[in-house]
Amino acid sequence: MTKALISVTGLDTTGIIARISTKLYELNINILDITQTILGGYFTMMMVVDLDGAHMEFDKINQHLQTVSEQIGMTVHMQRMDIFDAMHRI
Amino acid sequence: MIETGEILQTMRMIQEENFDIRTITLGINLLDCSHPDPAECAARVYDRICRKAENLVAVGNAIESEFGIPIVNKRISVTPVSWIAQNDPRPVAFALDRAAKEVGVNFLGGYSALMHKGATNADERLIASVPEVLSQTERLCSSINVASTRAGINMNAVREMGTIIKETAALTADSDGLGCAKLVVFANAVEDNPFMAGAFCGPGEPECAINVGVSGPGVVKAALESVRGEPFDIVAETIKRTAFKITRVGQLVAREASQRLHIPFGIVDLSLAPTPARGDSVAHILQEMGLEMTGAAGTTAALALLNDAVKKGGIMASNHVGGLSGAFIPVSEDIGMIEAVSAGALTLEKLEAMTCVCSVGLDMIAVPGDTPAEVISGIIADEAAIGMINNKTTAVRIIPAPGKKAGDRVEFGGLLGFAPVMPVNTFGNGDFIARGGRIPAPLQALRN
Repeated sequence: MTKALISVTGLDTTGIIARISTKLYELNINILDITQTILGGYFTMMMVVDLDGAHMEFDKINQHLQTVSEQIGMTVHMQRMDIFDAMHRI
Repeated sequence: MIETGEILQTMRMIQEENFDIRTITLGINLLDCSHPDPAECAARVYDRICRKAENLVAVGNAIESEFGIPIVNKRISVTPVSWIAQNDPRPVAFALDRAAKEVGVNFLGGYSALMHKGATNADERLIASVPEVLSQTERLCSSINVASTRAGINMNAVREMGTIIKETAALTADSDGLGCAKLVVFANAVEDNPFMAGAFCGPGEPECAINVGVSGPGVVKAALESVRGEPFDIVAETIKRTAFKITRVGQLVAREASQRLHIPFGIVDLSLAPTPARGDSVAHILQEMGLEMTGAAGTTAALALLNDAVKKGGIMASNHVGGLSGAFIPVSEDIGMIEAVSAGALTLEKLEAMTCVCSVGLDMIAVPGDTPAEVISGIIADEAAIGMINNKTTAVRIIPAPGKKAGDRVEFGGLLGFAPVMPVNTFGNGDFIARGGRIPAPLQALRN
């Protein structure tokens, strides 16, 4: 399983989760975990996803997400989970 | 499952505290490229590098993108050229520079000679060509090993390097002596160092190897901000924890690069390497410990603690640690060091003391252009003596900036930064340097 973390941050508005998860559905990317919070009107969401279903290169998936990012005016980052496991788990 | 706080911590380290992988360096053996005809030798070298390093930059960029961690440099180190150039080494130098450009690496190290006990004819030819080569190439780096704990100090080489450094500065006078920023004089040079300008692929290395250098002075500084006023036990523990995390990412990147390039993993170098950017300074870590400026009394102790804690934290995080491993203290590449020198807090003599307890040595130091060659040789001899006696790597990368005097400023640009010109002790040492010969290996050499 190729796990990645997608972080979405920006001013809160309607449809953020809907737009991101719709795109993930279109790409056949399964969502494994979501945490989301709003602090002072600032939206922060972190999603752990499994990229294997997409059968697509990492950069291509990222390009799709950046298109959504522009549409909803949020900052979207995707990076492999391995970096967090390496840093915080022995 | 990783917790949100841990994810945010990693992101903060990368986005706000300048955590990055400083370099993925591909070591390439060139021994079988040797040929009596310099043109043929150069052609073989060029082909070998272009073939072996074909995918290095693309793979580095892909890892950077997927893991979200900047990989600042992709570089190459090669077999010391004095071992493969049977005649004129200059065509090989130019071929190396062309190959570096072709594969897209910003520096290639290995225009080197190991002459800590004595020089071969090939070493002599190489060393004599260094000023011309460094003035006519862009990405090639040169290193000369003049001393070791096992062999002592080759004072003939030390004498010669003073002159070579002066000539290199003169031939690159239009860029403040930039050629000297690509030339390192070593004692106890290591074979798997991924950092420039001193990287080369040593005789004990495999055909190819991936060596990774990590960095993150800003991360260590930020971690120490949270323990202000605490005793040094806590300071050391905080640095160790941070170094562990940084090195784990270095190990991850090294493993990925190794798998994707089908090249064996060599080592992770546990170094704290600063850049001229604010928030990426080793000097500022020392100051965070409670010093007004780097160079203040206590600086050497602070650096000793830092250097040791980085190694202790990092060693558990990687299965092979090597290279230079420690805190670098270059002047021009560290905004805190630049400020300390400009304020008069940090002198050449204090820097020399600091090199006893840090990773390497006197690094990226600009001195007046009229500094005599024998004074530069004397500085090299002093550094080499520290390395020889203490069983450690020391180095001198010094720039006698043409036309500049103490207090002036030199600009190298990019990662090489800028530096205030430091005064040197100019009392005579000509008779000392003129002696030549070898300083015998110390008692520390006899360890069997």
